[in-house]
Amino acid sequence: MILRRPLVFRSGAERLPGVLLLGAAVALALFLVLPLLALLVGSVRDDDGAFSLLRFVEFAATPGMATAAWNTLWVAALVTVITVPLAFLYAYAIQRACLPLRGLWRLIGLSALLGPSLVGAIAFIQWFGTQGVLKAWLGGASVYGPVGIVMATVYAAFPHALMILVVALATADGRLYEAADALGASRWRRFRTVTLPAAKYGLISAALVVFAYSVSEFGIPKVIGGNFPVLAVEVYIQVVGQHNFGRGAIVALLLLLPVLFAFAIDTWVQRRQQASLTARAVPYQPRPDRRRDLPLLLYCLLLATAMLGVLGMAMYTSLVRFWPYNLELTFDHYIYGLAEAGVLAAWQNSLKIAALTALFGTPLVFLTAWLLERTPARPAALGTAVRAMAALPMGVPGLVLGIGYILFFNSPDNPLNGLYHTLTIMVVATVVHFYTPCHLTAVTALKSLDREFEAVSASLKVSRFVTLWRVTLPVCLPAVLEIARYLFINAMTTVSALVFLYSSNTLPAAVAILNLDEAGELGPAAAMATLIVLTSALISLVYSLLTHLLLRRHQAWRHFQR
Amino acid sequence: MAHLDIRRLSKRYGQFVALDHIELAVDEGEFLVLLGPSGCGKTTLLRAIAGLEMQDEGEIVHAGRDISRLPPGQRDYGIVFQSYALFPNLSVADNVAYGLNSSRNERRLAKQRVEEMLELVGLPGTQAKYPAQLSGGQQQRIALARALATAPDLLLLDEPLSALDAIERVRLRGEIRALQTRLGVTTIMVTHDQEEALAMADRIVVMQQGRIQQIGEPRDIYRQPGNDFVADFIGRGNLLTAERVGPHHARSGDLLLRTAAELPAGATARFYVRPEDIRLHDTLDQGENTFYGHVLKCEFLGPYSLVTLRAHTADGRPLVAQFSSNYLCGREIRPGAMLRLGIPAEHLQPLPEAA
Repeated sequence: MILRRPLVFRSGAERLPGVLLLGAAVALALFLVLPLLALLVGSVRDDDGAFSLLRFVEFAATPGMATAAWNTLWVAALVTVITVPLAFLYAYAIQRACLPLRGLWRLIGLSALLGPSLVGAIAFIQWFGTQGVLKAWLGGASVYGPVGIVMATVYAAFPHALMILVVALATADGRLYEAADALGASRWRRFRTVTLPAAKYGLISAALVVFAYSVSEFGIPKVIGGNFPVLAVEVYIQVVGQHNFGRGAIVALLLLLPVLFAFAIDTWVQRRQQASLTARAVPYQPRPDRRRDLPLLLYCLLLATAMLGVLGMAMYTSLVRFWPYNLELTFDHYIYGLAEAGVLAAWQNSLKIAALTALFGTPLVFLTAWLLERTPARPAALGTAVRAMAALPMGVPGLVLGIGYILFFNSPDNPLNGLYHTLTIMVVATVVHFYTPCHLTAVTALKSLDREFEAVSASLKVSRFVTLWRVTLPVCLPAVLEIARYLFINAMTTVSALVFLYSSNTLPAAVAILNLDEAGELGPAAAMATLIVLTSALISLVYSLLTHLLLRRHQAWRHFQR
Repeated sequence: MAHLDIRRLSKRYGQFVALDHIELAVDEGEFLVLLGPSGCGKTTLLRAIAGLEMQDEGEIVHAGRDISRLPPGQRDYGIVFQSYALFPNLSVADNVAYGLNSSRNERRLAKQRVEEMLELVGLPGTQAKYPAQLSGGQQQRIALARALATAPDLLLLDEPLSALDAIERVRLRGEIRALQTRLGVTTIMVTHDQEEALAMADRIVVMQQGRIQQIGEPRDIYRQPGNDFVADFIGRGNLLTAERVGPHHARSGDLLLRTAAELPAGATARFYVRPEDIRLHDTLDQGENTFYGHVLKCEFLGPYSLVTLRAHTADGRPLVAQFSSNYLCGREIRPGAMLRLGIPAEHLQPLPEAA
């Protein structure tokens, strides 16, 4: 029997989704895959451009580098091992126990997202440093070094893990718990056989994100690291200070390999994870249980106090004249930072970057997810490729992305060379860097829609783009707003990729604060960090109000949803 | 030519054959039901007609127009899904008017049409409500109104009732059928529920493994199943194997049976006997086609009882008989009892040889 291939019958508007998806694929290839390939190529070339493994040999021989690489890896591993269980238990308390004020615990748990990472570093110096109030708690160990780096990184990475785990624990099939109870399973056995397997994917993703975050963290080791060498800082010196791009490529590649390895495992786990929650699942509703709720409440209280202590100390530092000798409250640090140190311009740059990232990133992410999930027949390979590229950024440390961008866009042969050192490239890098969580949010929202919406509109001769506008977008509006907020706040605070890409005109605030700290101006640094925290908090507040109003005025139907 | 003509339609997913050279002609105004177990290809066939799946080969001709390669938007049909697929953020009126021209001067007409359609499905005045405010059955009526609002030439129903509870299902199936008769719109419905198919269809298409097993009116499909699969799938039944001893006689074990239908030549004959065709006789009745049966089990199911019996048939397989409660007149049947049974000659339908 001769099987005729289905003829391509689509024309014009019918072909548009495929074309658009191809566009998204090209964009992701250009701004994600090619820079990473440039790293690979750059690492196996000598200065004349010929193939050589010399750089690896040279790298191994450089005295500080091997130590820095080893330090970075073990610190990242330690941070991951500490952060993920902490965040898991916290997420578990929020989602699976009956705690009062759940919203508050969640808000405080995510509070570290609001500021740049050095907020934690500054606060830990004030608490545990030479003049620290709680210096004695460290029992003689110095906070300047691995101890401080690990503490501050755990604090900064905690909300990233928490976000993933809260989602992972949000949905559970209540029937499985009832079955476990009916079979007389012990609390621990139920946790081990029902809760953990369902959250496995979230745990692996969280570990991956925390590891990548720690590896590329630049601000924390700079502020609190003392003389403890880590790769992010070394690479910055090599690449930005000495323009040694080749060596930067080697380091970036070394950091990418373990992450890519973990990423492969992750994809594999995800494939096996499918259909754990079917349409017939009954949402799990925790019932009050003192023996479980009370310890978890204490745990949340403890962690929340610690996190508020960190944030509060940074804010307090920004307001006192000279810690710890003169505790008079003053706005001098703010005035100095904004006026004399020129952070005002940097703050405006950051606002611009954050606004543009949210403005262009949100439609790009959502539209791409829509094309993947809700449009029909196209070469299957295209869909697979876009899906893979959308998942990749989660595993790529910002540092690696930044160096890839330098190697790729700074090359004189690249026609996009003109983008280098512009605000545009910083916005693009930020969108790509934070692409995956946004993509997952969009996909989850789109998947929850009835899968026949497009079929119904087609039968009614209504274009799928009209349905996107009239139905899909309004229904997914909360997810869209959430993506915009996430992009804005992360763009406001991120350092890791941007530190390689800014020019004197496009200096972002988070980097400017690092420079202040380097100049020994801890007070103004804290003041400017507080300013960013307040900006992010304000944006979050405005976002909540806006969401509330928008949903109330234009989305009356939501009140009737069961 | 038929109103909708499907010729040699085939579709594969890898090794799995979803549609295997389907030939089907649907008449104008007809209510056709595609019936079969899950995975039989009925939904694939419906989606191919809708243009939501593209067949590997074969043609679909609708009202003289070859639509085989047309995208869904260029075909002429309305569709209702099991999930209703109502737009949650749009009011009932906006849902129903979704396919209507919404340009300024047409808006009044659209409003009128919505009113008409809601009247038609028995939900007048619900314009301003949102889907979530309606019950499942009401939502399905709105989905139906939306599908019919553009006055399509063909109505496609994809398991439209299976998400509803039993009582609502029975009520709505009557309403849909009445509506279809009134509008005269050619309708193709997919279902796996044989009772629904028997109750609603002008003709039933029984499918299995991507092939059409039998096409016919509900009565014919039920009374004269074309093969073992159809006989088994539609209703309950007993398979009797017997030896042909004459053109109208066959012997199965101790039973000598006369048949109304002439038996085809060949040593063995196979009969399909519906449970309700087994009669209960007076214990001493010696009429034709009567025999003794030993009651193994009796299930009381309200309006009728199902009785499992052992008789001296060729293979000794238990027979299932169905006695309606008013037929039994309160007579109780207990396991272990001996009954005198009979099968009227006209109910011994010879089945073709098993494939």
